[in-house]
Amino acid sequence: MLGPNGAGKTTTIEILEGLTLPDSGEVEILGTPWRDGAAGRALRERLGIQLQETQLADKLQVGEVLALFRSFYRQSHTVDEVLALVGLEEKRKARVVTLSGGQKQRLAVACALVSKPELLFLDEPTTGLDPQSRRQLWEIIRRFRADGGTVLLTTHYMEEAERLCDRVAIMDHGKIIAQGTPKELIASLGADHVVDFALTEGGIAADLVEVLRQMGGVSAVRTGPDGVSLTVVELHRALPALLALLQDRGVELSLLTTHHASLDDVFVALTGRQLRDT
Amino acid sequence: MYQLALSRMREFYREPEAVFWVFGFPIVLAFALGLAFRNTGPGKLQVGVVAGSGDSALAATLDSSPRLIATVLDTATARLRLKSGRVALVVVPGDPVVYRYDSTRTESGLARLEVDDVLQRARGRRDLVAVRDDRAVAPGSRYIDFLIPGLLGMNLLGSGIWGVGFSVVQARQRKLLKRYMATPMRRSHYLLSFILSRLVFLIVEVVALVGFGWLLFGVAVRGSFASLGGITLLGSFAFAGLGLLVASRARTIEGVSGLMNLVMLPMWILSGTFFSYSRFPNAMIPFVKALPLTALNDSLRAVMIDGASVMTLGTPIAIVVAWGAVSFVIALKIFRWR
Repeated sequence: MLGPNGAGKTTTIEILEGLTLPDSGEVEILGTPWRDGAAGRALRERLGIQLQETQLADKLQVGEVLALFRSFYRQSHTVDEVLALVGLEEKRKARVVTLSGGQKQRLAVACALVSKPELLFLDEPTTGLDPQSRRQLWEIIRRFRADGGTVLLTTHYMEEAERLCDRVAIMDHGKIIAQGTPKELIASLGADHVVDFALTEGGIAADLVEVLRQMGGVSAVRTGPDGVSLTVVELHRALPALLALLQDRGVELSLLTTHHASLDDVFVALTGRQLRDT
Repeated sequence: MYQLALSRMREFYREPEAVFWVFGFPIVLAFALGLAFRNTGPGKLQVGVVAGSGDSALAATLDSSPRLIATVLDTATARLRLKSGRVALVVVPGDPVVYRYDSTRTESGLARLEVDDVLQRARGRRDLVAVRDDRAVAPGSRYIDFLIPGLLGMNLLGSGIWGVGFSVVQARQRKLLKRYMATPMRRSHYLLSFILSRLVFLIVEVVALVGFGWLLFGVAVRGSFASLGGITLLGSFAFAGLGLLVASRARTIEGVSGLMNLVMLPMWILSGTFFSYSRFPNAMIPFVKALPLTALNDSLRAVMIDGASVMTLGTPIAIVVAWGAVSFVIALKIFRWR
């Protein structure tokens, strides 16, 4: 589930986890609706949950935290097994307070994995982590998925969604505005490259925008405060045409970049806003 | 539940400040108060003699009494020392001899009697009735004997409410409670784990304080240890219940701290921990007696000082149990789980 901060990802995932009551609608997890009491506990046995804001007890050792969470489940990994899963073997005797941000996050994921879950909920597991810690967590998630587990993950990093997810739902203002595989979503742009440019004189004339729209290979034109963004099908045709046009008009470029279309561009196409700006 | 209780204990004993406040502080308090109020009998009374004719002879006469220390002072110093309480009485030599003192001070009254007796005897007064002193020290009548059971009660109150209250609110504030809710953990196990860990600490607390009182001040337990154990157990459960109630809704440590003080402060003052609640006006006594700490302190004193058996303590024990049970049930109903 991909979306900017405040899009409603955490609320949605907590409703699915049975921690927040929905105002309306129904939730089924693994084919079962949420029930109080024994039925609810039986369902929880099959889930692994990591919450965004949980702070585990500082004074406990890593191994003790896992032993505690393990004791809640009928069947579970041993402490050693789950430490190996998240690569914290050497931290077993370390107190939680001494762990780095990335290690704390891996411990939180370990607490979710300890129950041998069929379904793993991860709420922004890599937010605020350095690139190396993020890649370590991605590796843990990939291994869980490779062993046949299902993961529901929220993130506001489009790169994370593209790399990890089989299916992506893009969320904004509490609604899912698009869903599909990352490839499908990018393909829905109708083009596979994006050209961003800006002019030295600042703004761009309205008639020039109109000309750009008609140009061969351009599927969409968007103007923003920072410049113009073209979604193009064939970069090798569109780019020379663009340069020729600008020269013809006698205007000068102050910026020109191109990149492969990403989920970020999908989000921009759908909402008119940048994912990372929000 | 065992693992929950175990984590609770680990978190506690790894917090040196908490350990001090729960175990160290009551002992320090008992030590300090025990020293300050130790029963050494009335000490020597300081008496001033104002400089004048025959002052040193008068001072020597008074000094000969084993219970008086007389000093010759000039008028201004004597007045100052009397005012500040450093002498109990000032004697002005002459005819008549003048006793200057504050009649509302017990010490001064004693000094007046003793000084007069010594002076009259020195001039030849004789006793007309034969008397004999029969001195007795009643067991358990010292201040420390009164204090130790009170401190034990206060300690159970404090560790019950602090121990439970802070853990619950901290877990709620750090979203740990919500995280537990995401597991199949039973809610009742979570609450019961507090009771279980309290039980373990209870043993340490009681042994530490009662052992300290016994070793250093010879405060004995006249009733049975089983009675003492039973009463402290009930008291501890009652206060754990009260702690859960106090912490059942609060979202922040600041919020719960205020509530805890609101609950504990009146009991510290009213419930006869440091002084007997019989000093309060009669109209207040039934209210004071209905407080759980009062009932617990009364029961503890009955067992430790009077050697009473649990069987004779029906009413105070019922009060303690009722507070615990009602708090626990309400806490369970209104508990904020996330």
